[in-house]
Amino acid sequence: MQTLDQSVVDAPPGAVNPRPAPRVTAGFSRWRAPLSILALLTLPFLLPSQALAVNVLIYGLYAVGYNLLYGYTGLLSFGHAAFFGTGAYVTGIAIGAYGLHPLLAMGLGTVAASALALTVGAVSIRSRGIYFAMVTLALAQLVYYAALQASSWTGGENGLRGFTVSRIALGPASLDILDPQVKYLFVLAFVGVALALISRILASPFGAAIEAIRENETRARACGFDVERSKLLAFVLSGLFCGLGGALSAIHLSIVPLDSLAYHTSGMAVVMTLVGGAGTFFGPFVGALVVLVLEDVFSLWTPHWQLALGTVFILFVLFLPRGLWGAALERFAFRRGRS
Amino acid sequence: MNPVPQSPNLQSPILEVEALGRRFGAFTALEEVSAVFGKERITAIIGPNGAGKSTLFNLLSGALAPTAGRLRFGGRDMTRMPQARFAHLGIARSYQITNVFPRLTAHENLRTAMQARASRYDFWSRRDALSGLAEQADALLADIGLADRRDRPAASLAHGEQRALEIGIALASDPKLLLLDEPTAGMGPEETKEMVALLRRLGETRTILLVEHKMKMILGLSERILVLHHGRLIADGSPAEIQADREVRRVYLGQSGGYGHA
Repeated sequence: MQTLDQSVVDAPPGAVNPRPAPRVTAGFSRWRAPLSILALLTLPFLLPSQALAVNVLIYGLYAVGYNLLYGYTGLLSFGHAAFFGTGAYVTGIAIGAYGLHPLLAMGLGTVAASALALTVGAVSIRSRGIYFAMVTLALAQLVYYAALQASSWTGGENGLRGFTVSRIALGPASLDILDPQVKYLFVLAFVGVALALISRILASPFGAAIEAIRENETRARACGFDVERSKLLAFVLSGLFCGLGGALSAIHLSIVPLDSLAYHTSGMAVVMTLVGGAGTFFGPFVGALVVLVLEDVFSLWTPHWQLALGTVFILFVLFLPRGLWGAALERFAFRRGRS
Repeated sequence: MNPVPQSPNLQSPILEVEALGRRFGAFTALEEVSAVFGKERITAIIGPNGAGKSTLFNLLSGALAPTAGRLRFGGRDMTRMPQARFAHLGIARSYQITNVFPRLTAHENLRTAMQARASRYDFWSRRDALSGLAEQADALLADIGLADRRDRPAASLAHGEQRALEIGIALASDPKLLLLDEPTAGMGPEETKEMVALLRRLGETRTILLVEHKMKMILGLSERILVLHHGRLIADGSPAEIQADREVRRVYLGQSGGYGHA
């Protein structure tokens, strides 16, 4: 049922804060990828364990990929675990069952996640707001149950095991991936390339197009942007980077838990992005760091750590809607006398 | 990249509307509207609330597909084309309710709108290096009087400034046909005067269709007036003809107080 106004004045994506975002100079945006990589290089020295640092990298990349869709295109998806999990499962299966080279397997996992994103995106992209969130959630649940049922491939409830990667051959050399430092740098190499690519995409005309769609879909369409196709492309790119995150997590853990496809993994992306700052370049990493550290701390104190984490999340949404990094950037911009 | 704007060709019409109609379920918002545009520079569309003015604009800009009739632009059949094509071919519109990109700066608003015509799927170049668009956006910004607001987010601009930006976004694609939905909505007399001057200037190089309620302004500005009532075109002529039209007088009887101000 279409009414006169509805078709013309679409509501802006309600999930995105309508106030002006902090704007940082163009010069800064050129350096955001190298600066982010530098910051991530210091992480192992700041955190109590290497495993936690690697997790921050992996979930940070996952949240950055998610932010591409949520923070920059304005689409709230509740189904991104499907891409993270698919990236992880396909990588694990390619190594364990087919004996593929780990790098090739990771590539395959990332491609599979992108292909799945193309399918999910094609089905969901025309629905809006909460309906879009529900369609993505439903499709992700479909993938979850498919993985649960196909236990001969995926290991079902027990997760996928038996594909431990200890060395990765690179031409004549070979990386000892069990060495925590080597593993951290290995993961960081992928995350760094991904960050450079994402920074480039965000600074490109396509980046401007998806921002315009986030800001005002009706007007973007009237200006001549193909809104549906741009959203779908953003969805696929988002799925690609989340899939790469999943592929890295398979290498990191040497196991793919069924949980990696579960809805709370999807929720993780939302929480990390919001806590760090939706629509900011480095925010999702800050969010991943805070959420993972809090998870560690809270789970030492209480078995109901999710309750505590949920409370923190609600406080963030209420009192710091721009997230930690978003608020910090705003401060920085304010000090420099810019609005 | 911006070609020299061509003045409307007096021989061939730019826009042909043929028995255009739009229904919403059982409700007919627009019925059997036919008109040819291109000879006159500025045409006003008037009518009481609910007359179908917005629906007509939505059809002409491709935001809605007609349920009856045909639409031709520059000789090309546009009836079933997606909205993006309307913009690419040179039809742009502004909105009655300010409809800008709120968190983008004034400059970025215009640059992005220009880009919609030039490049949409470039993932690699720097957006600000794109074939002089940044410079063109600066020039347009100066044109609409917002040069000193360049780096301010659109949401933080004053109402009149946002209205100017609204027109600027429509102009960004260098359209041949400009559809303006109440360009002076909510403006004071001074701002309205500036807007009228801007519209006159724009009318020299392109065809303008505008919806307005300020009768005095319309009579002074437009060369032709279309009157819609209950979704039908009840009059089409010069301001003098429209003022003398009995049917139009009957429709507006008792409402003249509401439309007489300027």
